[in-house]
Amino acid sequence: MVSLDHTSATSSSSVADEVDLAAEQAFRLPLRAVFVGLLVLALVGLFSASNGAAGLPVMGVVTSLLDHLPLIGVDSALSDRQVAILFQIRLPRMVIGMLVGGALGMAGGAYQGVFRNPLADPYLLGVSAGAGFGAVLALGFGLDIGWGPFDPVPAAAFVGSVVAVAASATIARGSWSSPATLLLGGVAMAALFSAAQTYALQRLSETRSREVLSWLFGNLSTSGWDQVWILGPYVVVCGTVLILHRRHLDVLRVGDDEARALGLNPARTRLLVIGAASLMTAAAVSVSGLIAFVGLVVPHIVRLLVSNSYRVIVPLSALVGAAFLAFVDVGARTLIAPSELPVGVITAFVGAPFFAFVLWRGHGSTA
Amino acid sequence: MPRSRILIALLLALGLVAAACGSDASDGAADAAEDPTTTIASEDPTTTVEDVTIEDAEGDPADSQMESSDDYPVTIESAGGTWTLEEAPQKIVSLSPAATEILFAVGAGEQVIAVDSYSYYPDNTPVTDLSGWDPNVEAVLAFEPDLVVISNDANDLVASLTALDIPVLVSPAPANIEGGYEAMAELGLVTGHVDETAVAVETMRTEIAAAMAVSPDVGVSIYHELDDTFFSASSFGFIGAVYAEMGASNIADEADADGYGFPQLTEEYIVEADPELIIITDQVAYTVEDVLARPGWGEISAIKNGNVVVVNADIASRWGPRLPQFIAAVAEALASVTVSS
Repeated sequence: MVSLDHTSATSSSSVADEVDLAAEQAFRLPLRAVFVGLLVLALVGLFSASNGAAGLPVMGVVTSLLDHLPLIGVDSALSDRQVAILFQIRLPRMVIGMLVGGALGMAGGAYQGVFRNPLADPYLLGVSAGAGFGAVLALGFGLDIGWGPFDPVPAAAFVGSVVAVAASATIARGSWSSPATLLLGGVAMAALFSAAQTYALQRLSETRSREVLSWLFGNLSTSGWDQVWILGPYVVVCGTVLILHRRHLDVLRVGDDEARALGLNPARTRLLVIGAASLMTAAAVSVSGLIAFVGLVVPHIVRLLVSNSYRVIVPLSALVGAAFLAFVDVGARTLIAPSELPVGVITAFVGAPFFAFVLWRGHGSTA
Repeated sequence: MPRSRILIALLLALGLVAAACGSDASDGAADAAEDPTTTIASEDPTTTVEDVTIEDAEGDPADSQMESSDDYPVTIESAGGTWTLEEAPQKIVSLSPAATEILFAVGAGEQVIAVDSYSYYPDNTPVTDLSGWDPNVEAVLAFEPDLVVISNDANDLVASLTALDIPVLVSPAPANIEGGYEAMAELGLVTGHVDETAVAVETMRTEIAAAMAVSPDVGVSIYHELDDTFFSASSFGFIGAVYAEMGASNIADEADADGYGFPQLTEEYIVEADPELIIITDQVAYTVEDVLARPGWGEISAIKNGNVVVVNADIASRWGPRLPQFIAAVAEALASVTVSS
């Protein structure tokens, strides 16, 4: 059952149809690739858990991790302090890295599909500039909209990025069927918020601006599990929406008219996908600061290595993004330990050559 | 070379003062100052040295100002180039909060016509919108200064001012407390307040020696946190050098092989390094209670014993007349660490 719905007005039955259709597709995940992705992610997790500035003994880490599994009691040789480092500092940071990397990778894939543009990344509609402006206001000018478990800086960054994307969408009102206008609206908003952010930064003292810059370069440093509980629900909910719509992105690729002929409402698909991807990106950015490169390049790596279909790109970008950022963050924590290297620097340093290689290889084999 | 002669004379005077009051200061800094003083003085006993004795310094300020104004022309030499001032500058623009504090402390406050937006100490500074770290040369020129004091040459300010023949003095962050005295001596000399500077430095030396005496002899390990991304101050920066002179061992030093002064630490290392005293500033958005409650930090000695203190961020980032207060506060915190452990 497919409804040929040409207007943007949505009937409840067509929503139900789409969900049915999507649910049907959800079982056709590229299982082998997903399995490999999960395996890589698990290996990266083990690597990340056993490496860090504190130099915990690897066997101690492994036994301590096993000890925390249900029904297994192993005596780990780690001291109380080492256990605290592992479970309160290293592991939450690793999980944050995976969540942020997964969110950025998946959102990047979704954006590229929605805009039919290989240069699209999740910051395209002003998420990063809005978040940056919000963060500067919170860091340097005492803007405090934090509430409950939400700290002032992430809260302000989140609101800033949502406002920026909403403004981009408002500028491009009604043009959900022509992504070019939306894209230009995003460019305008990004420029506006960047300028506001630069101005605010310029008004700050040197000590405060260092804090802001450290945030702008991206930093996964986090104590405890609070941030995981804050970010996790966004990634799970928005990620589910994107996974359910991944096939629609393939359909969009053939053009809006054809998509309509196939029973898809392009405008509504864009609205949902962009909304979910932006919300997820905003949540990720508010926790980690601006981490460049992941959202742009991870989907391409998946595309070049595995498949050109968004059915594959969307879920695998999440796994590859998660593994990539968690892996790279080990470098941020250890390369110049006991100092910290901004993770945004390494994402590009490691990612760009790898991406260049994949591009070169992919081009060579198809030629 | 009148300039170097006067500068040496000034430093000698400071040293003599320190030596004179060194009887009650068992501290090594005063002793160290005593030795070079006597040596150089015997080699080169200039009349200027005798002019600037303690008696003079404690005399009428107006009198001493008259005396020191005889010292012009003064030649200044810094990263801002070499300049010869024919008379005392009367329209000084300071874009360095530390230099502003010093200028007012040595009695040159009247000669300062404009300071940057962070130079809000002491209360009566002529604060303007000028920025010290992103300066606008035209905004500076609007005050028609006859001397511009900065701590770092941002936006090519020195080149612009030099092209317009406006004297500029770069007074950078010193490497240690002694360097702070030298920065004060330089500003005192340039503004024609040699004697008052000598008094100010003498007072500081006495107060700092007294504060240092409270500081424990055992090396307490400390972590000075600038913000919650774990930027810290190592012994290569001014404030870290102050901690080092107080006998503390700084966990940030290991992270600062390049000697930059303000390395960003990685959190695991902080927990592992196990500092006995954590120092945060009053410019952060979190409190001591927040630090005490950080996940994974419970095993750190400073957290276990509640040794987390807040210091005034302005004083901690400036080298000026308020340093003794800072040292007294830190010395007390260090002393309480040795009591609690």
